[in-house]
Amino acid sequence: MTISLDCERVAKRLSQEFPGSVLAVEKPAIVLEIERLREVAEFLKTSPEFELDYLANLTAVDYLDYFEVVYHLVSLTHNHGLMLKVRCYERTKPMVPSVVDVWRAADFQEREVYDLMGIVFKGHPNLKRLFLWEGFEGHPLRKDYL
Amino acid sequence: MALKTEPFILNVGPQHPSTHGVFRMRVTLDGEVVVDVEPVIGYLHRGIEKLAESRTYTQIIPLTDRLDYLASMTNNFGYVLAVEKLAGIKAPERAEYLRIIMAELMRISSHLMAVGFFLNDLGAMMTPVLYMWREREKIMDLFEMVCGQRLTYNYMRIGGVSHDIPEEFLPALKRFIAEMPKFIDEYEQLLSENEILLARTKGVGVLPREMAINIGASGPVLRASGVKWDIRKADPYSIYDRFDFEVPVGTIGDCYDRYWVRIQEMRQSVRIVEQAIKQLPRGEICARVAQPLRLPAGEVYGHIEAPKGELGFYLVSDNSIAPYRFHVRPPTLINLTALKDMVVGWKIADLIVIFGSIDVCLGEIDR
Amino acid sequence: MTLIDQFRIWLSGLVPEWAAYVIAGVAGIVAILAFVLSVVIVFIWYERRLLGRFQIRLGPNRLGPEGIFQPIATAVKILLKEDIIPERADKIVHWLAPIVVFTPVLMVFAVIPLSRGAILADLNVGVLYLVAVGSVSAVGIYMAGWGSHNKYALIAAMRTVAQIVSYELPLVLSLLGVVLMVGSLSMIKIVDAQTVPFIIVQPLGFLIFFLGALAEMNRCPFDLLEADSEIVAGYHTEYSGMKFAMFYLGEYGHALAYACIITTLFLGGWRGPILPPFLWVLIKVVAVFSLIVWLRATLPRLRVDQLMAFAWRGLFPMAIINIVVVAMEVLWLVDMSKWLVVAINAVLAGGLILAWSRLFVLGRGRVEV
Repeated sequence: MTISLDCERVAKRLSQEFPGSVLAVEKPAIVLEIERLREVAEFLKTSPEFELDYLANLTAVDYLDYFEVVYHLVSLTHNHGLMLKVRCYERTKPMVPSVVDVWRAADFQEREVYDLMGIVFKGHPNLKRLFLWEGFEGHPLRKDYL
Repeated sequence: MALKTEPFILNVGPQHPSTHGVFRMRVTLDGEVVVDVEPVIGYLHRGIEKLAESRTYTQIIPLTDRLDYLASMTNNFGYVLAVEKLAGIKAPERAEYLRIIMAELMRISSHLMAVGFFLNDLGAMMTPVLYMWREREKIMDLFEMVCGQRLTYNYMRIGGVSHDIPEEFLPALKRFIAEMPKFIDEYEQLLSENEILLARTKGVGVLPREMAINIGASGPVLRASGVKWDIRKADPYSIYDRFDFEVPVGTIGDCYDRYWVRIQEMRQSVRIVEQAIKQLPRGEICARVAQPLRLPAGEVYGHIEAPKGELGFYLVSDNSIAPYRFHVRPPTLINLTALKDMVVGWKIADLIVIFGSIDVCLGEIDR
Repeated sequence: MTLIDQFRIWLSGLVPEWAAYVIAGVAGIVAILAFVLSVVIVFIWYERRLLGRFQIRLGPNRLGPEGIFQPIATAVKILLKEDIIPERADKIVHWLAPIVVFTPVLMVFAVIPLSRGAILADLNVGVLYLVAVGSVSAVGIYMAGWGSHNKYALIAAMRTVAQIVSYELPLVLSLLGVVLMVGSLSMIKIVDAQTVPFIIVQPLGFLIFFLGALAEMNRCPFDLLEADSEIVAGYHTEYSGMKFAMFYLGEYGHALAYACIITTLFLGGWRGPILPPFLWVLIKVVAVFSLIVWLRATLPRLRVDQLMAFAWRGLFPMAIINIVVVAMEVLWLVDMSKWLVVAINAVLAGGLILAWSRLFVLGRGRVEV
C-alpha cells in the first residue's frame, strides 16, 4: 500500500531544513512558498529518508483568487507518497519555478499547464504550447475563458 | 576525409500509416540517421477536461471512454474509483469482481493490439496482427454480450457496474480463458525467437532505469527497464490484493523487453481472470447512489494500472453536481518524454519501431 | 530448333523471307506478352488469396467464383484514378520512370524457355542478357524517387541504389556456378543439362540466388523500398493512375520473371515425366511464387544497414566460396558420378550456413551523433 506521508511531520522536517518554505498544511497536501519550491523539490528527491524520485502527476487548478499547482510525488523504493501545492496569486502572468531539472516527468506536463492555464514556468527549456497551435489567444481551462 | 552531409527535416506527419493515430514528429535526418526528434501533438485535442466541468459525474463516464479508446474499460474503472474514493461509496462484491474481470480482459485486448501493431511496424505485413485479432474478436464478442458495445463501453458506474452478465457470458469466458494460454504460447513460438525480430529490436531504443524513473514512465515501459512497480501490487485498489499474480520485469529496457513484458502480462491477466471466475459471488451489481451525485468538497487523486501505464484522475469537487476540476494523468504522454533520448542515433526504421514499442494512444495524449 | 524458327520456316514458304521473319517475330512477342500479362493477373489473385490463407482469413472472394475477377476490378480501379503529378516534380523524369521500370521486366522474357523449344530468342548468351537487362529497373526506381519531389520517395531512391547494387553481386556469382557446370550461357543448354535439377546439385547456389532475387524484386523481407510502415509508399508515393498500374504490374512481372528464371536455372525448366512440358513450367513457377508469398507473409523487414551487412558480409563471401568449389568440381570431378558432386555441395551448403549463423551478427547498433 502506498503510504501517504504524514503532512505535519514532513512540514516540520521541511521547516527545519528550509525555514519559511512551508506556508500551510492542508491535509492531504503541504502548501509551499513559491520561490522555495525548487530547493524543497531537490531535497525531497535526494534525501535518503524521503527519496521521492517519481513525479506521478503535475497539474493546476484555477480557484478564481489564485492558481494552484499540484504535485503528486511517490517514492518507488520506500513506497510512500506526498502531495505538494504552490499558490500563485497573479492573474495576468502567473510565474512558478519549473522542476524539470529535478523530475523530467514535468516536461510535457508543465507545457500542458502553460498551454491550457497560462502559468509560466521559469526555467523550463522549451515552454511552448502543447495542444493548441502557436498563435492561439487565451488559455481555455481558466474559469474566465468561456 | 569526412564527407560533408547536410541534415534535412522530414515530417513524419499526422497522416502516416504507422504513427498510431494523428501524431506528428519533426525528424531531423542525416542520411538515414536520426539526429533530432520533436513530437508535435494536439491534433486530437477535444477539450475533455473543460467539457467535464459542465457535466455531472455520471455523464463524465462516456467522456472517459474516449480517452484511451482502445482500453475503455480501464479508463472507466479509474474514474469511478477516484469518485468513489472521494464520496466514500463502496461497491458491492459482485460488482468488484465483474470490474476486475472486465479490466483484465481489456488488458489482454490492449496488449494484443499493441504487440500486433508493433510487429506490423517491423514489417511483418499484418500477419501477426490478424493472428492476435482472432483472440481480440472473442474478447470484443464477450464485451458485446455484456454491454452491447465493441469499443467505447461506458460500462462502469459510480458504485458498481451498469449491466449484469447474461447467462451465456460465463461459459464463453471459461472457453476463452481455457484456450488463451495455448494461443499465447503460439505467439511466443512464432515470434520470440525470430531472427529478424531479434536483430531489429534487441538493444534498440534502450531506456535506462534511472531515466525511466526520472521521466515518470509507467506501465510496461517502466517495467521493461527493470523497475518492479505495478500499482496493482504497490498500491492495490479494488480487490486486487485477493488475487495471486506476478509482475513481469524486463532487464535492459529495449524494444524487445517491452514486447516481452506485454506478452507475459497477458499470461498473468489470464491467471487473474481464472481466479476471479472461481470466486465470483452473487449479489447486487451497483450500490444505491443519489442521482445526480453530489460529492463532498475536497480533492482526490485516484490512480490505476491501465494497460498503457499509470492512469490517474485528479478531481476537485466543490459540493456541486459537476466537478470543479477534472484532470487526467495520461500515461502515454509522460512515457513519450524520453522519445528523443531513445531515438537519436538510430535510423528511420528504428524510429518507427521504438515509437511503436512505447504503445501510444492519441486519445489519451491529446485528451 | 525453337518453335519460332519452325513457324518462320513454314511461313517463308508462303510469304517473302523478310515478311516471314517479321511476322514470326511479332507472333512470338504477342505470345510472350499474352503469357506474361495473363499470368501476372492470375498471380495477383493468387497472391492475395494465399496471403489471406496465411493470415487466417479468406482473401478476396466476392467478385466472381472465389474472387477471380478481383484483379480485373483492381486494374479498372487503378486505371480510372486521376493521374496526379506534384507541382514541383521533374515532369519528364516522373513520366519516364514507370516505363523504365516496366520495360526491362518484359524484355527478360525473351530468353526464358516456356516449353521444349518455345523460346523467343535462343541467344547463346542468354544468361548475360538476363543479368544485363534485369538490372535496368533499378535506374527506373531511382528516377521515380528523384522525380517525385518528395522526401520519402528520395529516401526510398537512395535505399534502392544501395540495395539493388549490393545484391547483384551474390546473384550473379551464384548464377556463374550454374554456368560453370553447364559450360554455356544459353538458357536452352542449361535446361538440357539438368538431368538432375541444379537445386539438388548446388543447394547453396540456389539459396544465394533466391535471396538475391528476393532483394532484387523488393519483396519481403527486403522490401524497404516500399516499406509501408516507414516511408509510406517509398518510391511510388506520388504515383497514381496508369503510372501506378505500371509499377504494380512491374512488381508482379518481376516476381514472375525471377520465378521463371529460377525454374529454368535450378529446377529443370520444362523437364519432368508424364505431364506436358508447359504444364511443368507452370507448376514450378507457381511453386516458386508460393514460396515468395510465404516469405512475404511471415517475415518482418530488415533494416537498411542490416540488409547491406547481409549482402556484403553474408551472401557475398558464401557466393565466392561456392563458385570456387564448383570450379574445382568441374575441373577434377566431372567424370565421376554426379552424386558425389551432390554430396560435396550439400555438405558445403550445410557447413557454410552453420558457420555463418555462428559468426555473423546481423546489424550494428547506434551511431554516435
